[in-house]
Amino acid sequence: MTIAIASGKGGTGKTTIATNLAIVASEKYDSVTLLDCDVEEPNSHIFINGKKIKEEVVNVRIPEVDESLCTECGACSNFCQYNAIVSLKGKPVVFKEMCHSCGGCTLVCQPKAIHEVDHRIGLINFYKSGKINLIEGLLDIGSPLSPPLIGAVKGYESKDTLNIIDAPPGTSCPVIEAIRDADYLILVTEPTPFGLNDLILAVEVSRKLNKKFSVAINRVGSGDDRVHKYCKKENIPIILEIPDDRRIAELYSNGKIILENLPEYKKCFEEVLEKIGTVIQNGQ
Amino acid sequence: MDNKPREIVVISGKGGTGKTSISASLAYLSKDCIVADCDVDAADLYLLLNPITVEKHDFYSGHIAKINQEKCIGCGTCKELCRFDAIKKNNNSKFSVEPTSCEGCKVCVEFCPEKAIDFLERLCGEWMKSETRVGFMVHAKLGIAAENSGKLVSLIRNEARKLAQEKGKNLIIIDGPPGIGCPVIASITGATDVLVVTEPTISGIHDLERVVSLANHFRIKPYVAINKFDLNPEVTEKIEKISNELNAQVVGKIRYDKLVTKSQIEGKTIVESNIPSAQDIINMWERLKIN
Ligand code: SF4
Ligand code: SF4
Ligand code: SF4
Ligand code: SF4
Repeated sequence: MTIAIASGKGGTGKTTIATNLAIVASEKYDSVTLLDCDVEEPNSHIFINGKKIKEEVVNVRIPEVDESLCTECGACSNFCQYNAIVSLKGKPVVFKEMCHSCGGCTLVCQPKAIHEVDHRIGLINFYKSGKINLIEGLLDIGSPLSPPLIGAVKGYESKDTLNIIDAPPGTSCPVIEAIRDADYLILVTEPTPFGLNDLILAVEVSRKLNKKFSVAINRVGSGDDRVHKYCKKENIPIILEIPDDRRIAELYSNGKIILENLPEYKKCFEEVLEKIGTVIQNGQ
Repeated sequence: MDNKPREIVVISGKGGTGKTSISASLAYLSKDCIVADCDVDAADLYLLLNPITVEKHDFYSGHIAKINQEKCIGCGTCKELCRFDAIKKNNNSKFSVEPTSCEGCKVCVEFCPEKAIDFLERLCGEWMKSETRVGFMVHAKLGIAAENSGKLVSLIRNEARKLAQEKGKNLIIIDGPPGIGCPVIASITGATDVLVVTEPTISGIHDLERVVSLANHFRIKPYVAINKFDLNPEVTEKIEKISNELNAQVVGKIRYDKLVTKSQIEGKTIVESNIPSAQDIINMWERLKIN
């Protein structure tokens, strides 16, 4: 079973919820896999504090031209939809950052002058902390393409345990890649106009992907009730409410976990797991 | 060339650090700029600036493949060649393209033996020019699950530049996207200054280092604003130290102010609401202006 924690924008408390949920789940299950797919700024490891056990380089395939075979026909640069291979004075030049690794140029090159080579886009770090396996994607600076790295992290989703995905923020390609195969989504938001605006976008994405989802509201009491009203109107269950508690903000700022320091919050995270379990079992 | 306007892009390692509230306040203080919302994934600036749209355009970017069922003979070549797993075989053995997975690479179109695949332009959203009480604004609404937010960001930025020239403004303030991926790269390319908004959290330090290196990588002058600096004085000190080492000047320290949410609810910028943190932003603006 895979639960993804997403939100229309960042800073709403996705990582807080993902990490606390992983800890509660690790008390209940034999093991839990936490996949940090926020590869531009992965932060889960700060809270999970596990031991790094290995790392793995993630590569994509990009074209390389063998000049001795190239006839400078220009078919490759004409074909590429992303201008990642361009003919400069007839000679094809590859701009690796823009390549989507579609393989098209290799296929269209008649003299077979193109082959593909590895190009590094980032790392996957593997941490272990008790029963939690944390798998974190870390995009290289200056590398614009996160979806392939997110895909690689998701490749470590475990078949027979609970997976929790800490998704990137937003509503475009990286989020879609991260939540595409999840069984259940928790959309995290705040009770503010910004929070509501971004929640509406996240709800649209979830509906478009036909996902079961509910909402978690963070910092309840800091704003107004428009998020509650919206959820009621749209019939969206609110699965978790975390009050606006300065102690939580301070714990977060020190990289500390809520549960371990404010045990009174433990029960509500346990309930979240239970509720999701029932929803998925009942197929509703 | 010499009268190229100054372009300040407000970014942050992660979202929710107060980037939008700060950009809106700076725009209000400048009284004479073009504002652009390049955080197209979570475009919130309009909630504070209440824009009245004067121009609206569809935004097309890239393509999407669509199989023409009449011509398709079900050979499966397309599915075999698509590296994005966007082509599905349905129960009735028909092939179709899953739009949210298609990256518009054209491989299937090119190699379908029956020429049965159409390559349609993809509508990715819309972008607008609007009037606001702080000046003209360029912003957009990205379609749900649309790709290419980087291209939309570039478009908005370019339109903001054109508008600045047209209206004779020498300052552009951009609410940038969070992160370090393609939208951020698109939003800072060619900018003069980057203002990185951060918070005194352990994760904030980590994010700041990455964002500042990104700015350095593109040779753009980075400034740092520490929002909610009093939440954790110890970490704030660390951020100041690291910023120094990375050659990024800390231009602002903004206190933790619960009333920011209230001013947001009223649709006002921080500096318009007479709340404690307003003064911190005014001080920051003074520093940014001289630099
Ligand atoms: S398609 Fe092949 S032969 Fe033609 S320009 Fe490209 S690399 Fe050279
Ligand atoms: S692999 Fe695809 S995206 Fe990359 S250069 Fe070739 S055609 Fe362009
Ligand atoms: S390659 Fe063309 S003919 Fe073959 S299954 Fe795909 S669409 Fe149909
Ligand atoms: S255009 Fe490319 S990504 Fe889209 S379905 Fe065809 S091969 Fe797949």
